[in-house]
Amino acid sequence: MVAVNVLGEGALVDPSARPPGMQLGRRKRLNLFRWVTFTIFGLFFLLPLIAMIRFSLEGKKPGTFSLTAWAQIGSTPDLVSAIEITLELAVITCAVMLVLLVPTMIWIRLRVQRISQIFEFLCLLPLTIPAIVLVVGLQPIYNQIEHYNVSALQLFWVYVILALPYAYRSLSAGLIAIDATTLSEAARSLGANWATVILRVIVPNMWQAIMNALLLTAALVLGEFTIAEILNDITLQVALFNISRATANAGVLFSTSTAALLFAFVLLLILSYAGRRRRRA
Amino acid sequence: MPFLAYVGVFLLLPTGIVIWDAVKNPAGQFDLASLKLLFNPEVRTFFTGSIELSALSSVVGAVFGAILAYAVASGNPDGVVRRLYLSGSGVLAQFGGVTLAFAFNAAIGPSTGFLFHAGWYYDFPGGIALIYIYFQIPLMVLVFLPAIDGLKIQWREATENLGGSTWHYWRYVGFPLLAPAFIGATLLLFANALSAYATIQAWENQIAYTAPQQIYIAINSEVGLASNEGDIIAVGMMVLVAIIMVGYFRLQRRAARWLR
Amino acid sequence: MRSPHRFALAGLTALALLGAGCSSGSSGSSSSKWNTATSAASGGGMAALVKAAKSEGTLNVIALPPTWANYGNIIKQFTKTYGIKVVSANPDGSSQDEVNAVKSEHGTSKAPDVMDVGMAVALVSTNLFAPYEVSAWSSIPAAQKDPKGLWTQDYGGYMSIGYNSAKLGTITSVSQLLGSKFKNAVALNGNPTEANAALSGVMMANLAQGGTADSLAKGVAFFHQLKQKGNFSPVQATPATIKAGTTPVVINWDYLNTASVVGQGANWKVFVPSNAILGGYYAQAINKTAPHPAAARLWEEFLYSQTATGGQNLWLAGGARPVEMTAMTSNGSIDKTAAAALPPVAGTPVFLSATQATDAATYLAANWAKAVK
Repeated sequence: MVAVNVLGEGALVDPSARPPGMQLGRRKRLNLFRWVTFTIFGLFFLLPLIAMIRFSLEGKKPGTFSLTAWAQIGSTPDLVSAIEITLELAVITCAVMLVLLVPTMIWIRLRVQRISQIFEFLCLLPLTIPAIVLVVGLQPIYNQIEHYNVSALQLFWVYVILALPYAYRSLSAGLIAIDATTLSEAARSLGANWATVILRVIVPNMWQAIMNALLLTAALVLGEFTIAEILNDITLQVALFNISRATANAGVLFSTSTAALLFAFVLLLILSYAGRRRRRA
Repeated sequence: MPFLAYVGVFLLLPTGIVIWDAVKNPAGQFDLASLKLLFNPEVRTFFTGSIELSALSSVVGAVFGAILAYAVASGNPDGVVRRLYLSGSGVLAQFGGVTLAFAFNAAIGPSTGFLFHAGWYYDFPGGIALIYIYFQIPLMVLVFLPAIDGLKIQWREATENLGGSTWHYWRYVGFPLLAPAFIGATLLLFANALSAYATIQAWENQIAYTAPQQIYIAINSEVGLASNEGDIIAVGMMVLVAIIMVGYFRLQRRAARWLR
Repeated sequence: MRSPHRFALAGLTALALLGAGCSSGSSGSSSSKWNTATSAASGGGMAALVKAAKSEGTLNVIALPPTWANYGNIIKQFTKTYGIKVVSANPDGSSQDEVNAVKSEHGTSKAPDVMDVGMAVALVSTNLFAPYEVSAWSSIPAAQKDPKGLWTQDYGGYMSIGYNSAKLGTITSVSQLLGSKFKNAVALNGNPTEANAALSGVMMANLAQGGTADSLAKGVAFFHQLKQKGNFSPVQATPATIKAGTTPVVINWDYLNTASVVGQGANWKVFVPSNAILGGYYAQAINKTAPHPAAARLWEEFLYSQTATGGQNLWLAGGARPVEMTAMTSNGSIDKTAAAALPPVAGTPVFLSATQATDAATYLAANWAKAVK
């Protein structure tokens, strides 16, 4: 560790050779800390996942390997329809979120800043009401909806609400980061109308925030269980739960979970790379 | 605004229905007496269980999550490791629920444990606390990372120029600045754990320890019990979570002032 | 201004999405005369019933696990015989779930048409049921049906103890379970404050320990003792946990404890304690506002039919005792092999009355958590 006296002199390493903002010795200690941390946490997070993958590859006799569980994803009819429904739900929820939230937030930020406080409060409110509580009060409302359409896809109404806080935070961070006000003023002064401002100036610049919001929304839909179960709709999570209670052979549970997880992880990873390219361009 | 109407119908109305059902007496009139159920010893144990589990998982999750967040933040902002851990956190924070419980059942369950057989797995808090911590840590990373990112390099340099060591930096600059964000994030984790339902259902332990489990039992019990117990416990939970969230928002504002 | 466009867009999207989720169109039950028919004859005869049911094309059932009393095969056989699609919701649900679904899905095409519920739930939900007398009405003992036909018992069994005999030897009494070789071994089917099967399990232990059907105290005390000794396993018993050895002793209805249902071989034995024969029957009911009234009634006819592939014999094949067992044994339509495979029961069975069941539930609500935590 480099000694520094009160007057700020005494760097033993040439300042220009220093890694930005930090002394070399400290950097080394920090890196050690980081690698130890990542390894320990990495192990902690990976082990249950490894167990899951191992179980998904389990053959008839314990200790053997087989891909049956993976094949079963396609051959269990209830599971296939549940996966379909969940994926469709994710798409619908994301679409509604996009149409509902993005223009509204841009509009509020640019034009009616007064109500932004109330709006933020409303968007973050779902965090304070646990799903298990919400669903109790939702039953009569869904009863009315089911007079028109009994499909499980109707869950999207409440899923959008559940995802609001996460999408809001992501979009809000994005809007702040790109300084929407200045951009829009610039565009307006060049003669653009509001539609152009939103569609062709702001949205392309906050693409990453939008994708992030949509991804968080999709992840929420894929993982949601409580409301679907109590409203008697069969989504992926509910189907998995039912299978776990009914059958002794649980291999397909693990293969499906692993697949879903990998899917989400890869998507997020791609998103983070896509964002970077945009920023440099 | 249609937005308001939408949120109103799907968020405020169900909440109102739950509250109304809770304060209603069998004759259908407003009556606060039913809320006394919240103070029953049996009902209190569910809240105690919930609070115990949530406190344990949120504090442990917060501390470890903060350490991990610092490790991620102090690296290359565009590096692979940061991306990996951030994407991983995004996924794992939502992974909680049925599938996570299955994974843990597979990993350390008493009989099928792949790694080892944890005898304490079905004790309380035992295994379920560990599962909660598993998804609390990534959530902490996601929530707390912006705060750590906000610690400006200049502050560190300033400390050093004034003769301070690492210890001085953290003691007088780092921790005090991060404290509101840290406590706020812990509160968020606490509320998250309180509301969790799917995970503990799939844990396969039949004894109900937490309030959400008891709500489920109250509305689904086929051995014929109290009519609006579920609603009453729901109201209790809402009050609890509301208090926590108010604390969280307050602390968020304080943290944001310094670190934006 | 941008706003009106946005509102219109959102509104259109919402409308489109409402219509998009491939709805089966019409809401609720049609004005079929089968809605109010109280028997096949009064509605125009079996042939007319079959025709009307086929044109409805679908039957909504709920809370029927495939391995529960052979329901998997029963559903398959029904579809095979009549070509009517059976939509099975929430297979892991409880009787209360069924009634909740009827209430919360009232008037939609998703509501359950028929219910199979525990007696406690049946007796308090009669306002949701439609009166109907199946053709085999006279073969059902009077004590096991509602005089107005609102509910009819369908099958039942006795509380039993199923166990892995290779690992634990032979068990002949409930008190043996307190022994030291049963560490972490004894499991119920669910939580007694929620599930009928678990409550009956506690009641059985209660009777075995000298208690009466009027007070559950001894039963809860027994489980408390079990917990103190470390023998009580809080894990939900499922075929998976039995296979894995997590729950080598399961207290459950005898038809749920048969070796084939739990997926075990000859090592899995089942017995009904001689000093604690606790019986329980479930009951069928038709939703008063069933979206498919003819299919619902045809289902009931099927379930109570005495033919070789009818519901009664299929339930028997699943290890449950069909309600028409006495009548079918006399007229020879019973499946003799299946009947012989039932666990022997010597003595008078106890059946809980509605009051006894409610008292038991109240006692559990106040004392169960304390006893086993």
